[in-house]
Amino acid sequence: MSAPTEPTPHGPEPTGSEPEVVLSPRALARRRHREALGRFAREYARNRAGLFGLTSLLTIGLLALTAPLFIDQAHLTVTGAPGDGYQAPSVEYPLGTDNFGRSILDLIIWGSRVSLAVGLLATFVSVALGTLAGITAGHFGSSGGRGGRILSSVIMRVTDWFLVLPTLVMAVALAAVLPRGTGTIVLAIGLTVWPPTARLVRAQTLAVEARPYVERARALGGGHAHVMGRHVLPNVMPVVLAQTTLLVATSIIAESTLAFLGMGDPTTISWGGVLQAARTSGAISAGIWWYIVPPGLAIAIVALSFTLCGRAVESVINPRLRGPR
Amino acid sequence: MRTTEPASEGPTGADTGGAPSVTATGGSGRARRVLAYVLGRLMTAVVSLFAVIVAGFFLFRILPGDPVRAMTEGREVTAEQREELRRQFGLDQPLWRQFLDYAEGLLRLDLGVSFQYRESVVDLILERLGPTILLAGTGTVIAALLGLFLGSRAGWKPGGRGDRVNTAIALFFWSVPTFWLGLLLIVLLASGRGFMPGLFPTGGMVDPGLTGSLERALSTARHMVLPVITMVAVIYAQYLMIMRSSLMDEKGADYLTTARAKGLRDVLVRRRHAVPNALLPTVTLIFLNLGQVVSGVILVETVFSWPGLGQLFYSGLGVPDLGLVQGLFVVFAASVILMNLLADLVYPLLDPRVRP
Repeated sequence: MSAPTEPTPHGPEPTGSEPEVVLSPRALARRRHREALGRFAREYARNRAGLFGLTSLLTIGLLALTAPLFIDQAHLTVTGAPGDGYQAPSVEYPLGTDNFGRSILDLIIWGSRVSLAVGLLATFVSVALGTLAGITAGHFGSSGGRGGRILSSVIMRVTDWFLVLPTLVMAVALAAVLPRGTGTIVLAIGLTVWPPTARLVRAQTLAVEARPYVERARALGGGHAHVMGRHVLPNVMPVVLAQTTLLVATSIIAESTLAFLGMGDPTTISWGGVLQAARTSGAISAGIWWYIVPPGLAIAIVALSFTLCGRAVESVINPRLRGPR
Repeated sequence: MRTTEPASEGPTGADTGGAPSVTATGGSGRARRVLAYVLGRLMTAVVSLFAVIVAGFFLFRILPGDPVRAMTEGREVTAEQREELRRQFGLDQPLWRQFLDYAEGLLRLDLGVSFQYRESVVDLILERLGPTILLAGTGTVIAALLGLFLGSRAGWKPGGRGDRVNTAIALFFWSVPTFWLGLLLIVLLASGRGFMPGLFPTGGMVDPGLTGSLERALSTARHMVLPVITMVAVIYAQYLMIMRSSLMDEKGADYLTTARAKGLRDVLVRRRHAVPNALLPTVTLIFLNLGQVVSGVILVETVFSWPGLGQLFYSGLGVPDLGLVQGLFVVFAASVILMNLLADLVYPLLDPRVRP
């Protein structure tokens, strides 16, 4: 950020005290951050679709976190299933039962834990990779001399290469050769969906590096790490945040797809896994709709909510995207 | 994710955007620039292709997991049989030797042998290529037409009712897993359970036992309805969003004001002036998104048991038949790279602004 006085504070500051007249640079910066956050929240609150997405995500997140409190895990095992197979929706089982007699509502709620966790973790991996690649390519491309330009173009070539390749084929290939498990799924998704983030971050980095305060920091002797960490990264973060929210939707769909293709761990319950089980148990041709509709709907609602949030964040930080109201 | 891509194209487009400022200095200079451009793109494609081949080869060998163990998983095999298999597939050779053999085979269009079918991978692929092209081609064309049409409507009046409804529907389908939509369509329209009769077949490509070519064609068309609907529903959203944002970028342009000042009706301003210009950046993005089509076709074929490359890929995953999966990996990636090369070469013909 464009610090108003010194780029780095000299030693510990009296942060706890609240001076009335003279604010320390840190306190100033904090107040500015608070105000920016408030502005962001107000702008965001005006976006009705974004609010809807946020509300539904908070609800689902709460359900997923508290699931062990109201679901008996023994009822989720094949042997401990409480009902009979393929019971239609009723008061006892609001969404019916699967072929083993497990309550589908319970499976969906329990499955949200793995699906959300994998979606978030895979997004984290890919955003970290994409941001690193993007900032490095952008920074050294514009101010790293000859070697930097070569490094930058190599990174972008690799990014473009990954961007072109069919994501699903790559992810499936990775999942097929690595040992089976949830970690593999996270890795397979994370390693394949990062290129768009890298491109986006690189573009933003180039825009930030062209600003005078970066030149000033460099003139004062700021090294590569300093410029990238203290000046570029904070200014790239808003774009990354919007991209992250959108990526979670992609990752959750990717998780269900990999599970459906049989690449997941068959013992963990996830939304894609439930759909895969429905298909292998023959529920599709038997027309057992209550086995198939709920998991897919859950995926769609979560993915849609993340997409709505991401678009809302995007429209707040990039006014150009806001159409005439 | 898709919607942000046009924005990210900005700064990178700058190097091509700078080209028109270099005015043509003469016939031979221009020819040389065109040649340099074409050669550059060709080189990029060749390097990408080579990287795909290397990645495909080492991905399936260096990573933990022994192909022979994977091949024989769940079956009783003696150590001698394992050795025999190893020798048969050349797995006892050093890695660099294997790679050279593989690369040499590729030059002869030999992608190796499928562990599962004990058949040449190329033969298997050629057998299944037709159905996939039929399905993916039909789906892509319909999805592109639909998406571009709806997108040009939505982007012309952003924020209007038509835009909001269209974008909402597209975003919903975009958020839905492809395979789930297919499963739903089967349950609803093909299973024959519940209140709907089984209107369409649940899978396959042709009813068995039909002999006449017309009969077979009609049967294929009937089998195609549900898979094509699934593909279109999932991929049209990105065309819609691209066209919408491209048209929104174009909306403020001066030439549209001129067109309006001439007294042209709004519909004609859109159709004759704005849409053709907005289409241009869309073309490359359509080609760039071809990877999505490949992903879509794998899932749709798996769900509907369509006898194409996607289903072959799926059948290889279950075993896992690494020879087959590796071959298909190379073929899928290569086809996308070739399509991108095509887009790069065709685009300057369409848009004079980026001509080298």
